[in-house]
Amino acid sequence: MTSQKDFMRLNELTIKEAITGLNDKKFTSVEITQACLDQIEKLNPDLNVFLTISKHAIQHAEVADQMRADGIKLPLLGIPIAHKDMYMTKGLRTTAASKVLENHVPQYDATAVAKLNKAGAVTLGKVNHDAWAHGGSGENSDFGPTKNPWSTDYVPGGSSSGSAAAVAANMTIAASGTDTGGSIRQPASFTNTVGLKPTYGLVSRYGIIAMASSLDTIGHFTKTVEDAAIYLNVTAGNDPLDATTTQNDIPNYTKDLNLGVKGLKIGLPKEYFAMGMDPEIKKNIEQVAKQYESLGAEIVDISLPHTEYGLAVYYIIQPSEVSSNLARYDGIRYGNDRSSFGDEAIRRIILGTFTLSAGYYDAYYKKAMQVRTLIRHDFESAFKQVDAIISPVSPTPPWKIGDRVDDPLKMYLSDVYTVIANLAGIPGLAIPSGFIGDLPTGFQILGPQFSESMLFRIGKAYEDTQERRVLAVRG
Amino acid sequence: MNTKKPTAKSQMPNASRYELVIGLEVHVELKTESKMFCGCSADYFGQEPNSHTCPVCLGLPGAIPVPNKKAIEWCIMIAQALNCRILNNSKFDRKNYFYPDLSKGYQISQYDEPFGLGGYIEVYEEEGSRKLKKIGVTRVHMEEDTGKLTHADGASLIDFNRSGVPLVEIVTEPDFDSAYQVTQYLQKLQQIVRYLRVSNADMEKGNMRLEPNISLAVSDLGLGVSKKNQAPNAKRQLPPYKVEVKNINSFRFVAKAIETEEKRQAEILDRGETPAQETRGWNEAKNTTVSQRLKEEANDYRYFPEPDIPPIIITGNEISNIKNQIPELPDAKQKRFESEYSLSAYDTEILTREIDMADYFEQAVKDGSKHNITPKQIANYIINKKVKTDETVPAELIELIKATLQTTEVDESELNKAIVEALTANPKAVEDYKSGKVQIIGFLIGKVRAQLPPGSSVTGLKEAIEEALK
Repeated sequence: MTSQKDFMRLNELTIKEAITGLNDKKFTSVEITQACLDQIEKLNPDLNVFLTISKHAIQHAEVADQMRADGIKLPLLGIPIAHKDMYMTKGLRTTAASKVLENHVPQYDATAVAKLNKAGAVTLGKVNHDAWAHGGSGENSDFGPTKNPWSTDYVPGGSSSGSAAAVAANMTIAASGTDTGGSIRQPASFTNTVGLKPTYGLVSRYGIIAMASSLDTIGHFTKTVEDAAIYLNVTAGNDPLDATTTQNDIPNYTKDLNLGVKGLKIGLPKEYFAMGMDPEIKKNIEQVAKQYESLGAEIVDISLPHTEYGLAVYYIIQPSEVSSNLARYDGIRYGNDRSSFGDEAIRRIILGTFTLSAGYYDAYYKKAMQVRTLIRHDFESAFKQVDAIISPVSPTPPWKIGDRVDDPLKMYLSDVYTVIANLAGIPGLAIPSGFIGDLPTGFQILGPQFSESMLFRIGKAYEDTQERRVLAVRG
Repeated sequence: MNTKKPTAKSQMPNASRYELVIGLEVHVELKTESKMFCGCSADYFGQEPNSHTCPVCLGLPGAIPVPNKKAIEWCIMIAQALNCRILNNSKFDRKNYFYPDLSKGYQISQYDEPFGLGGYIEVYEEEGSRKLKKIGVTRVHMEEDTGKLTHADGASLIDFNRSGVPLVEIVTEPDFDSAYQVTQYLQKLQQIVRYLRVSNADMEKGNMRLEPNISLAVSDLGLGVSKKNQAPNAKRQLPPYKVEVKNINSFRFVAKAIETEEKRQAEILDRGETPAQETRGWNEAKNTTVSQRLKEEANDYRYFPEPDIPPIIITGNEISNIKNQIPELPDAKQKRFESEYSLSAYDTEILTREIDMADYFEQAVKDGSKHNITPKQIANYIINKKVKTDETVPAELIELIKATLQTTEVDESELNKAIVEALTANPKAVEDYKSGKVQIIGFLIGKVRAQLPPGSSVTGLKEAIEEALK
């Protein structure tokens, strides 16, 4: 890593490679950070990824380099990262990608941000997403859609569109995200990145703008499975400021990475195949299953009988909570008034207000919560049979920007494979599994609550069979 | 044309034609150190506006609540003191409505699983009567207070210091039929939460707020809504409307508001109409109630379980641990004082009004028993002399009582001699007295008495010593 050519590509490094190189004094954090900033400068006008770039990134990288020189060891010391604009970053504008918070500069850091800062990460800036995390394509951002770096006519997925695109386009080493119904896993699978949706309650939600509080999970995008584990080692664990976080001890997530899948039972849910998935997607997941078999895992057909109700349940519970969570943006104390809400936010506020109304609550919200319990039970019995489940992330490959904006229902249907993990509170890991034409695709591994170590192990086994494809430097 | 035939009843004064039906909602603010869902100080009274705030109580983007364990325990304690059943499985809910003082656009409260259900407080049915009546406590639940709005010079200012202060709401059945019962209930409730030391329950400071729901049922000849001819405990049929009165900040005004409403509603009913279901505000200056909001404008609060707070599970052990922390409550204490110390209801009512006084009395009884002073003598002294518990310790009180009881005359010269001797032997006490520590007199009385023959008594011993000290 000493040639001029390699130096130019420091932004393409993984967390693991960057830490190794920094420790070996092959380059500095300032150099990696600058490489990322250069890439941002080059690609952002086209991709529309960063909404705000930190003016202090280089300065923080200098501090990180000095700390390393002083012998201080921190898990992410000097590693540049980008935050989804749902994360409160003290002193750094945070908009929720909505005009409502267009000029909002937070007074405090989210717990996840504080933990990453404490671990030595360097914040590059804040990235785009569907406003308030409402959407599956990034097109609902009030600041314009983010484009898929692999083919800019296509969506990068959403809602964490900018996070996925930033990692895919090597504008950052890693990026944070939120996943309420697939908002990390789906864009990860659209951009050839690794996306982790942790178990509900594993990572603190404090300081991250709430979308639907009982479904929101705080995860991240990385270039490899190992990076996802390194990152989770920093963010996981109890937070006294979030009453829903776990009291469990947190394992070292990198420990079991290379144990392989020999002897593991991996389930394929038959209901997922009965839901009209794209033939290319079907072929892809079958290829993944075959790969696992060849690695020594046993593929087991399983049933998740309440899957068909997942979307209906999700699109009742989620807007209900959204309608309440967005109530504070009343324009009285900060931000712009309610007329600045975009169409999708208004749609969900109205839906949720309706389903919570007197006389409708029992028929909608309460019933949905009951079915949610059944969905959770589906997984509980499935995980008595298998160690993990694999499935497609999205029923289709990425679509063209603009193709679905006039059909919100069709947009909602693309969440069919992802929402149930949120309803059940279980973790999901999206892993790249090749390309369909020019566009990436991926699959997800679902496991029991707090089984992230197992998901990383299974994900890494597949990843090791594939060549990592890095987006060609353009321009 | 009024077709309503006058009946014998209708010619009677209003008060006998209608029966008051009143239910109460009372909010009690807990005096926990921190707020309900964040670490900010809950002591907001008289503080610089917005100085006790954080992202959580300001409802900033991303902030989420963490419940205050102490507040929950205190809420459960109140519920138990009011004879409620405690739910093992409880939860918080969001009550959604918009108001500028509500930072999140919803209040965290409890909807269908409050901590306490089905309790009661006993009050006297009528003034002068000793007949007790149980006022049903429907529920006791935990919620958070809102910020405070101030309107001045055409601007509205919001102070969020009060936002998130723990509030306990106590809701009764519509069991009251007189202002007298309501006033007693409120006094008892205030007394109980003060006994528990969980709230100052100061109406003027807003630690205790009350909202009566007032309506009138037509007696006997009416639509069968009277309770008088029904079996005891029969559920009385409620009038088809109710009027909620807000902004009442003293027990005196609650009685006035009830009186005003009784008159106003009776006049409407007399015309053959039904009063509107509405919220009215008590206007202190005009001494009347004023309409604020009609039912049609009532909120649909869209309650749903608060997803940021896991359900609260309270074990039987926890419930009994909290119960064990409840001191003897006023009613029980009063009864015990009556039987144990042979005191009148009048005496015991005064002695048990505040827990500090009750404790003081019992300590004095203990001290007095060594000197053959009876509880009745102590009670009389305390009540007649309006003794302040923080100025005279019980032992001194006993000396003071002894002094007043000594009636066997001692020769004046003998007394003076004893006084001089006692004062000379205790120069420090004399000095203390002269520098203002007048309560030291009790000590000096004891010293003088020690100089006198056993069993002798003196009228005006205290006064004689005071004279000598001048």
